[in-house]
Amino acid sequence: MATEFVINGLKATIEGKEILKGINLSMKGGEIHAIMGPNGTGKSTLASALMGHPKYEVTDGTVTLDGEDLLEMEVDERARAGLFLAMQYPSEIAGVTNSDFLRSAINARRGEGNEISLIKFIRQMESKMKALDMNEEFAHRYLNEGFSGGEKKRNEILQMMMIDPKIVVLDEIDSGLDIDALKIVANGVNEMRSEDRGFLIITHYQRLLNYVKPDFVHVMMQGRIVKSGGPELAERLEAEGYDWVKEELGITDETVGQE
Amino acid sequence: MSTEIVLPVDREAVAALSNSKNEPAWLAELRLQALETAVQLDNPKPEKTKIDRWNLDAYGTASTNAKVAQFSELPEAVQEVLRSSEDSEVANVLVQVDSNVIYTQLAEELKQQGVIFTDLETAAREHEELVKPHLMQAMKADEHRVAALHAALWNGGVFLYVPRNVEVSIPLQALFYQKDSAARFAPHVLIVADTNSRVHYVDTYISSETTEASVHNGVVEVFVKPGAKVTYASIHHMSKETVDLSYRRAVVEQDGGIEWIVGEMHNGNTISDTTSILKGNGSTSDAKVICVGNGEQKLNLTTRAIHFGKSSDSQMITRAVMREQASSIINGITKIEKGATKANGEQTERVLMLSPKARGDANPILLIDEDDVTAGHAASAGQVNQEQVFYMMSRGISREDAENLIIRGFLAPVVSEIPNEQLQAMLKSYIERKLGQ
Repeated sequence: MATEFVINGLKATIEGKEILKGINLSMKGGEIHAIMGPNGTGKSTLASALMGHPKYEVTDGTVTLDGEDLLEMEVDERARAGLFLAMQYPSEIAGVTNSDFLRSAINARRGEGNEISLIKFIRQMESKMKALDMNEEFAHRYLNEGFSGGEKKRNEILQMMMIDPKIVVLDEIDSGLDIDALKIVANGVNEMRSEDRGFLIITHYQRLLNYVKPDFVHVMMQGRIVKSGGPELAERLEAEGYDWVKEELGITDETVGQE
Repeated sequence: MSTEIVLPVDREAVAALSNSKNEPAWLAELRLQALETAVQLDNPKPEKTKIDRWNLDAYGTASTNAKVAQFSELPEAVQEVLRSSEDSEVANVLVQVDSNVIYTQLAEELKQQGVIFTDLETAAREHEELVKPHLMQAMKADEHRVAALHAALWNGGVFLYVPRNVEVSIPLQALFYQKDSAARFAPHVLIVADTNSRVHYVDTYISSETTEASVHNGVVEVFVKPGAKVTYASIHHMSKETVDLSYRRAVVEQDGGIEWIVGEMHNGNTISDTTSILKGNGSTSDAKVICVGNGEQKLNLTTRAIHFGKSSDSQMITRAVMREQASSIINGITKIEKGATKANGEQTERVLMLSPKARGDANPILLIDEDDVTAGHAASAGQVNQEQVFYMMSRGISREDAENLIIRGFLAPVVSEIPNEQLQAMLKSYIERKLGQ
């Protein structure tokens, strides 16, 4: 069955304040969607709410992956159902090595009695790390501890490659990356493009989209998707900024939930 | 203070003990003097922990335990700890059961290099010139009642001497086993590392399951002579009815170094005090302590560094996990005396609480009487970080597994420092047991 990811009328609040005011978005396997927008418009909230971050409360709407209701699931169940979120600020966890963490994540999917063999795991991890130009020592370092911003982002992509999800949400994966790292991350994403995998790329800038061509571009303001189009929309936003969108839609303050 | 205080043992019993062991006069005298001092002293007053209601007097009576010649004759509980998975040959090991050391084994090669590794009672008779100037010198008998009682009553124990310039590459190991809770259990460990020597020493304190109250009153003294380096690792895992009173002291001379690695896995109430006295210029101390508390345990853990030497350096890390109703007070004390210029002291205390009834209190204390120094501290007490749990769960790991990974990760930096794979594995199994896995 082809992957299908549908967000319908999603509303979410943080500490009683509504940030998402009804998001509608439908994605199929093989598609790349980009969500663009200025800061404070609810983009990262969307990513966190989809994954089930406890800080956000979903008040209305549905999210389904291949017909399964994601919002009914715990965070780990959503992940095992095929959702992956590459985070803007991944946690640092001392004492847990990168490889132990990843192996636990893979085995959580495979279930007891069907664990991946250590040799096979190491071989896979090494080859993917090589593709991402990551030093081998990162396998044995504590999870994200003392990693630079760019190293953390690469580590997120490494996890994505190892876990092999159906729907990938990349939250500001391009922030804090220099151009070389950006290309490596983009290569990683492109390598993972396939007919049964969809990508939702949340970004502030167009520059990642130069390397990962989106099929659809959505603009987010005031907690809603206010405009959608093809790749040409991203190019126009890059060239002209967001003011023309605001003007067109009669928006003066594009942010949401700001004091 | 009161003259009505009744000691758990009388003068005649102490004198008879010295007599029966054929102890030299100076030692018999030291014991009797300490007993007299004990009458006038109060119990220690560990920071923020009330020990008035702890059973501090269950010293039992001195037992007699026959020596054994073969490893295979040791109690099964002892063999289990010492038996290495790879080789059956257990080298360089000393075993105390209840009040007596019953087994000592030291490689011929080390003997020839002049290394002494024997029970302290024997050493007091045979190596007076090394024992007398050190015994109860780092830990003074008049510090408090527990110290005085220890000086009067200590039994079995370890004496380890490493001569000048000798480097011992494999860890020497001791095991203290309280088999009978009615037996007095007060081992004293005395280590003298002579100039420029190197040694690793590891010990383990275990007991049989019992419902009887008992006290382990243990003192460790380590003398690190100029340029010497000593690593001391210790794991405590005794019955929950046993009160563990453990005082560790190192005196470190010029350019010497002490490394403490302590696994507090005891099941009962605990006072654990680990102190380095950095006497010499350029002396160093590195203390790592981990602890898992469960049940209704009360724990008071102190690490302390006292800087006298110029350019002396101390590092302290304590990590404690508290579950159920366990409560812990974690003190880190960096004391820098006037004249200890360029000294540096860093300390971190972290407590992780796994249940609403668990308590943990981290107290970093810096006492600095010299201007030209650097010192730092960090302390925290809290629950498992939910942001970290979310991150792990977002990769498909269940909440339970995520928390387990985080808790083990919290303790890992110390576990991995244990200089012996067998003991590392054992410490891990104690951690699992204490975490209720």
